[in-house]
Amino acid sequence: MPPVAFIIFSVIMLVFGVLVVVNRNPVASALSLVVSFLGLAALFVSLDAYFVGVVQILVYAGAVMVLFLFIIMLLDLKAEARRKINVVPMIGGCVLTAVLVLQLVSVLNTFEPGKKSLVEAPLDYAAAAAARPAVPEGKSDTIKRDLRENKLPDVRLLGEQLFTKFPFHLQIAGVLLLVSTVGVVILSKRELK
Amino acid sequence: MVTLNAYLLVSGLLFAIGFAGVLLRRNIIIIFMCLELMLSASNLSLVAFSRFNTVNGLPNYNGQILVFFIIAVAAAEVAVGLAIIVALFRARRTTHVEDMNSMKG
Repeated sequence: MPPVAFIIFSVIMLVFGVLVVVNRNPVASALSLVVSFLGLAALFVSLDAYFVGVVQILVYAGAVMVLFLFIIMLLDLKAEARRKINVVPMIGGCVLTAVLVLQLVSVLNTFEPGKKSLVEAPLDYAAAAAARPAVPEGKSDTIKRDLRENKLPDVRLLGEQLFTKFPFHLQIAGVLLLVSTVGVVILSKRELK
Repeated sequence: MVTLNAYLLVSGLLFAIGFAGVLLRRNIIIIFMCLELMLSASNLSLVAFSRFNTVNGLPNYNGQILVFFIIAVAAAEVAVGLAIIVALFRARRTTHVEDMNSMKG
């Protein structure tokens, strides 16, 4: 991806990120967050992470933000009335954020491995296809076939890793989702007795 | 061309924006959205590291799998968090954190 596109999508992401914080109306904040996530998904795609980019749009910009908007409308939140601004927390928050950014810049200035550009880390499909283990007779390796055809089988590679190297973690994630579903049902009951 | 540091800087700035939002805003739903922003910022740096550390000419997919799990946990967290906010709103009729200063309401 040329640097122009990188700059455009980074600016979209950061500007709408700032709008999330600045907007007084919660609905406007939520919609800014959707646009910010779209910029982020474009950056994922620029890093050849197509699956993560699509999931970012589907899960965050789709499901999570609909949930947020639904709750905002359910609670019927209006734009906040202007309250007296507490000076001390305000200054403290700004100073802490500035310190974080300064530290980030100073660390990145001395981070030598990070000076590598995308050209210096090219994707090499032929080498990747050659490095794949041989499959038993009668089976075909679709990942290898795609790599030979100079395509990146992103989802297949991710799924292969997920189900061969991290099956236990995947089950834990499943249990976590189940527990959270049960928790939400209990929390949403009318009577919390 | 775009360097790894450029991606890390953008991701750090997004994290800082979310961090500032958590510290400065007083509406609990906005605070929650800013938490999501911070999680996504960490996802961006993970994907950047995964792409720049190539293994056999492919991105290092361990980073993207961690992103996958972070997204799964974040989705669960949003569901539970919003349920808690709704329960809190029923009890107190407010989403302003400064109005929630006593327990057993």
